[in-house]
Amino acid sequence: MRRAFSRIPAAQPRSLLPRRFSSSLSQRPNSQHVSFPGAVKSDFTNSLQFVHPAKIAALPTYRTIDQEGVAVDADFVPDLTDAEVEKLYRDMLFTSLMDLTMFDAQRQGRVSFYMVSAGEEAVCVGSASALKQEDVVFCQYREQGVFKQRGFTTKEFMSQLFANKNDPGKGRNMPVHYGSKKLNIHSISSPLATQLPQASGAAYALKMQRRQNPSLPPRVVAAYFGEGAASEGDFHAALNIAATRGCPVIFICRNNGYAISTPTLEQYRGDGIASRGIGYGIDTIRVDGNDFWAVRAATLRAREIALQDGGKPVLIEAMTYRVSHHSTSDDSFAYRAKVEVEDWKRRDNPIGRLRKWMENKGIWSEEKEQQARLAIKREILVAFKEAEREKKPEIRQMFEDVYEEMTPDLIAQMQKLREIIDKYPEEYDVAEFDGGKSSLEKR
Amino acid sequence: MKVPRLILTARPSPAALLCRASSVVSRRFYSSHPPNARLNLPIDYTSTPILAHHAQTALGNPELPDEVRNGPTQRMNLFQAINDALSTALSEDERVMIFGEDVAFGGVFRCTMKLAETFGSDRVFNTPLCEQGIMGFAIGVAAEGMRPVAEIQFADYVYPAFDQLVNEAAKFRYRDGSCGRSVGGLTVRMPCGGVGHGALYHSQSPEALFTHIPGLRVVMPRSPIQAKGLLLSAIRSNDPVVFMEPKILYRAAVEQVPVGPYVLPLSKAEIMRSGKDVTIVSYGQPLYNCWAAIEKAEKDLGITVELIDLRTVYPWDKETVFTSVQKTGRCIVVHESMVNAGIGAEVAASIQEDEKTFIRMEAPVQRVAGWSTHTGLMYERFNMPDVARIYDSIKKAVTEY
Repeated sequence: MRRAFSRIPAAQPRSLLPRRFSSSLSQRPNSQHVSFPGAVKSDFTNSLQFVHPAKIAALPTYRTIDQEGVAVDADFVPDLTDAEVEKLYRDMLFTSLMDLTMFDAQRQGRVSFYMVSAGEEAVCVGSASALKQEDVVFCQYREQGVFKQRGFTTKEFMSQLFANKNDPGKGRNMPVHYGSKKLNIHSISSPLATQLPQASGAAYALKMQRRQNPSLPPRVVAAYFGEGAASEGDFHAALNIAATRGCPVIFICRNNGYAISTPTLEQYRGDGIASRGIGYGIDTIRVDGNDFWAVRAATLRAREIALQDGGKPVLIEAMTYRVSHHSTSDDSFAYRAKVEVEDWKRRDNPIGRLRKWMENKGIWSEEKEQQARLAIKREILVAFKEAEREKKPEIRQMFEDVYEEMTPDLIAQMQKLREIIDKYPEEYDVAEFDGGKSSLEKR
Repeated sequence: MKVPRLILTARPSPAALLCRASSVVSRRFYSSHPPNARLNLPIDYTSTPILAHHAQTALGNPELPDEVRNGPTQRMNLFQAINDALSTALSEDERVMIFGEDVAFGGVFRCTMKLAETFGSDRVFNTPLCEQGIMGFAIGVAAEGMRPVAEIQFADYVYPAFDQLVNEAAKFRYRDGSCGRSVGGLTVRMPCGGVGHGALYHSQSPEALFTHIPGLRVVMPRSPIQAKGLLLSAIRSNDPVVFMEPKILYRAAVEQVPVGPYVLPLSKAEIMRSGKDVTIVSYGQPLYNCWAAIEKAEKDLGITVELIDLRTVYPWDKETVFTSVQKTGRCIVVHESMVNAGIGAEVAASIQEDEKTFIRMEAPVQRVAGWSTHTGLMYERFNMPDVARIYDSIKKAVTEY
């Protein structure tokens, strides 16, 4: 926003404008570089040349293992036990299988909406596995793997998806808008990128809390978002304020090639999202998002960097491909070829790649795979059926938590709703809600 | 209204500041009053009984706690009272932090003067020039249990932060459900209202936009005593609060302010003077115009007028307004912002909706507010609810119905 206010009284002499106290820079004679306060380390050049982005090589993509699961980074040493790797692989498998089940459930009209994360399991599980449990997480909506890795239970997933009385969101949010206080993951909201400056603020809060109480463990914030969300103004706001305030936050971009129907060519013309981090003065890396180990290694290192120098932001751009439709409300074959999708599914997907690595190491087999899939499917279906049978939350919950306490207006409105249901009982189905209409009493 | 940066550079003594304050209105460059005016005279803030010019008036407020009522007072203008409240909040709770554009050197209106020096640059700091960032950052800070006081330099520039306020801050507690997190620690301060020459983007009062949003509390003080008490309430409140400061009062309104910390209740209106013939409901700076109009009308018409300051415009104190209107049978709502879908619309609709109040009405509810246009530089004096327009409404209410 422009502020014209300081110029309003036309008669005000210029000499009364404030002096700049924060900098005592001046341009010295014969200096080889600029000393303007806005860019102090810039050398002078005598040739008139614009920087042409196309002439700068694209930032490289870090990977540890190739598509066959073979290590390509000579320095790569797995830092997890076999059992730990297996657990994380199962987490990826779980989200993938839950996706299949719930996508179909939506098609049958049993849940109102769903979004799968197919193709992006490694970005979520790999990065989450590198965080500490006390680190705070903000998600966009395609991060089931983060919830799963941190310990979100099958029952918790299903309670939210069916918006039943066990849903901590009290049936207020659309499916897939999970949240968990216990796991330090903030509740998901639909507006894109709003969580990013919030993540910067939360990271600043963590930094301040530790400064005020040094016995607290060092903590970082991780914020997930897609490449489409990075076009929002909030992305710009978040990275800039995180850099200027030294916030220990890791921005993790899932660049999966599409924002609903919009391909990246219509999303941006620069070198992806990573190149922007440099512009904000942020340590940045691009990784192969289908490589679990690369994502994990990058996030582990990012966490260290984020805690350096009193705190600073880091940007990770994880390159993936959105194998699935955007959501259950989307048919992606309206804007991309089926064969392109099938290619990705077949040639390179994160679950298959980690599986190959595990098989190469001799800790996984077709038999184990089949057993794992069967067990996970069974677990999901049991929780699915239980969640579907549960009552919905109290109708009263639609009025609560707007403010810390219900206002007189809200209490009056709740009673009006009760009266109308009493008067027209045939018009409202309250039976599926916990306590029926009785929850609408003033308490 | 002089530009605050002028004051900064001149570095006047506090005494000079007050001197400047009292001269603000009479020396306004773009607005003056016609020589024969009887109603639209400049508000004399040095004598208006709305402000507590003596310690005993200030301490007589029954809303103050006993220890404050027995304590000293200090002469402060509105920006100094805000500064006092912020300083109190920072010293009593280490979770409080203050940030926004240019707050570190004291703020363009001097509200955060000396706070960075006293409480450290970790807790009082500048942000990049980006309102959506300030608001998003503040929400994140509050979501992790801190109590941020974010400043938007002018209410006119809050719109880039609208998404964060409406979709995020207001809904945070609701959507988090039994997880129990909220951004209740959040307070957003913003200077608002006409200032004589602020034109389109330094004059707005967007409070009605926020009153349409469940989850936010919207507060506007009328004086230094109120500013301090309501701001401390806002900061301690566990709901996000939009705190709007009438910038014309920053230096103009000077009164004796109790030195000790105190809070004034949110969502509670105050009856400033009682009367039996007409009720006027207003908030913020127009209360001074209402007072002046009431004094003239009472003398001319032989009536008494009840004046109510809403203080919190959402969720607002319906009970106090209804009780008054049931007594007087006539109601006028006065505010600076545009009449369309403004606070007046809400008050008027609520009155006609409330059976007990509606049947007592002897005249239509009138709204004296800004016209449904923008605040063009040269037209402000014709746009604001001035003394003549309020006087005329009172007269209409009692003589035409």
